[in-house]
Amino acid sequence: MAASLRCFLRSGKNTVSALQRREFHRSAPAAVQMTVRDALNQAMDEELERDERVFLLGEEVAQYDGAYKVSRGLWKKYGDKRIIDTPISEMGFTGIAVGAAMAGLRPICEFMTFNFSMQAIDQIINSAAKTYYMSAGLQSVPIVFRGPNGASAGVAAQHSQCFAAWYGHCPGLKVVSPWNSEDAKGLLKSAIRDENPVVVLENELLYGVPFEMSEEAQSKDFTIPIGKAKIERQGNSITLVAHSRYVGHCLDAAAVLAKEGIECEVINLRTIRPMDVESIETSVMKTNHLVTVEGGWPQFGVGAEICARIMEGPAFNYLDSPVTRVTGVDIPMPYAKILEDHSLPQVKDIIFSVKKTLNI
Amino acid sequence: MLATIASVFRVSAQRNGAALIMSAHTFTDFTTQATFEIKKCDLFKLDEGPATQVVLTRDEGLQYYRTIQIMRRMELKADQLYKQKMIRGFCHLYDGQEACAVGLEASINLSDHLITAYRAHGYTYTRGGTVKEIMAELTGRRGGIAKGKGGSMHMYCKNFYGGNGIIGAQVPLGAGVALACKYLGNNELCVCLYGDGAANQGQIFETYNMAALWKLPVIFVCENNRYGMGTSVERAAASTDYYKRGEFIPGLRVDGMDVLCVREATRFAADHCRSGKGPILMELQTYRYHGHSMSDPGLSYRTREEIREVRSKSDPISMLKDHMLSQNMASVEELKGIDVEVRKEIEDAAQFATTDPEPPLEELCNHIFYNEPPFEVRGTNPWTKLKSIS
Repeated sequence: MAASLRCFLRSGKNTVSALQRREFHRSAPAAVQMTVRDALNQAMDEELERDERVFLLGEEVAQYDGAYKVSRGLWKKYGDKRIIDTPISEMGFTGIAVGAAMAGLRPICEFMTFNFSMQAIDQIINSAAKTYYMSAGLQSVPIVFRGPNGASAGVAAQHSQCFAAWYGHCPGLKVVSPWNSEDAKGLLKSAIRDENPVVVLENELLYGVPFEMSEEAQSKDFTIPIGKAKIERQGNSITLVAHSRYVGHCLDAAAVLAKEGIECEVINLRTIRPMDVESIETSVMKTNHLVTVEGGWPQFGVGAEICARIMEGPAFNYLDSPVTRVTGVDIPMPYAKILEDHSLPQVKDIIFSVKKTLNI
Repeated sequence: MLATIASVFRVSAQRNGAALIMSAHTFTDFTTQATFEIKKCDLFKLDEGPATQVVLTRDEGLQYYRTIQIMRRMELKADQLYKQKMIRGFCHLYDGQEACAVGLEASINLSDHLITAYRAHGYTYTRGGTVKEIMAELTGRRGGIAKGKGGSMHMYCKNFYGGNGIIGAQVPLGAGVALACKYLGNNELCVCLYGDGAANQGQIFETYNMAALWKLPVIFVCENNRYGMGTSVERAAASTDYYKRGEFIPGLRVDGMDVLCVREATRFAADHCRSGKGPILMELQTYRYHGHSMSDPGLSYRTREEIREVRSKSDPISMLKDHMLSQNMASVEELKGIDVEVRKEIEDAAQFATTDPEPPLEELCNHIFYNEPPFEVRGTNPWTKLKSIS
């Protein structure tokens, strides 16, 4: 019941009809609706205020208010010293950010999209991720790399890649992938407070989507631990695991499947690395079936890793069928809408895969 | 003065006490300082350059001499150990270029910052590492400066950011360190080194742009040793005037074989940075006696004659020695005494580096994250669960 209410709130539809249902017996705690964009903005604002050493740099983050307006208002409030517009020099400014972190500051390095992070990937992996190890603990790198990841809408092949698997591959990095506003705020704050390099994979299509923010989440000290997944929906029939936008797709699929008596347990990974495999294992040991859902390509992807880990652990013996991966199609992203729509997992693909996995 | 007399006795004793005891020769005879004329720097976008008349004190001279000798002997010992297979992988030696590291350090403070690429053993020393820790890192022992986990190219100490293996990547890093200095308002600067080969990397030009734009207190230093691995500067760069490549950044071309030139140029550059004028670029013309690394004999792309010529005409140790002796700032015996001490220090360090145990296997997975509770790391197979401690 609460789930369907969440569905309405999530899709931003008119909530009047929701309130007409007699599902809330007590007055709701002072939850508010907040878009993912505003949640990220609030996270950065609070951390900038809390710690003098935190600063944001990237293209258009200051005077433009952010290419996707995520950093709206921050330059006005904090000025040139803390919100820095960079020239179009990813490799250069990422290296500068990493060097600043080595010397004691706490930079937030924004990539306009993670596609552009490829230009700077050497600095992220070789200069940031590996340094604490290579220096045997002498040199830490407290830095956050953030920006939109994965497919957007109609931006075609060079602007639509998902980097969860690439960054998730590397020791020394933490990688998080928030779905809703609470995720976005809590994970970004944790990332900024973390002493290590953290990659925050946001999603442009989610920026404008409002979600409920609990009272707890509205607090200035609200953080979500990195490395812990969240059960978004309880169920007994099958486990669905997803990250970012596809958590929403899984919940939508679950709502449809519920009508047919199939109760999906939906796990929001929240963190790609270190992955909370235990939560997945616990769930699989209850439901005996697993479907992973991601936007990225199948080969060497997040789902592939989950499959391998499940096989290596106790949950394997509880599987009644092999794990199913629902992924993006193994092609560069096309432009035409009909083609793009068929390049990414849709709710119906998840429903289909669930039924195939359950042999229904 | 008593200390110096004592050291003479020590030196004499080491030579079996058969040599004349130099007590008759008092050390008050030595000149305490002298003025030298040094080579003028080529200037780019600068109206005036570093001084050409410099003062060297006896103490400074002895200190530079000792440091350069330590670096020279350390690198030669590393060569030996590498050939004995006690050192593995990459080993890029710095002998010939010592005047750069020593001259640079002479005009900055330990509270300033420095970053370089992989030819880093000398800088690790001048920035505060000990010969023991450096050599033990080369041999991969637990007493190494990075506990054996970094190796030749990844040595770190306070305000020294390595030791970096990816050519050119250290340049934006150095500018980032300078950004932190400016941000924190601590009047510190960052010396950011790269070679003539790296000078053609795109990210360096991105860094020049941002450093100049934001007036970062960074001294870019191009150590031009004429060869990027086996490619001479003429074959790699459309313009070999590396001190001009910063385009809108003022530049100096410096004789990198003379420690006094480097020191004076660095003094000038540091003043420039600290006065808020932004970055400056120094090209140090220097030379490496060894090949690019231990796997390069260094003769397929240059001649023995060239190496010999540099050694005889421009060797940094010879030059400094000449300065000191010509002005009677030290005696031959005194300098020989330092040589003997240095040799012993290097021997002791090599002894340590070859006998210290390797890092314990239990620590294989440590130092992945800082300030993190211990966590499990997958071993080579699913049953091997290793532990990682911060």
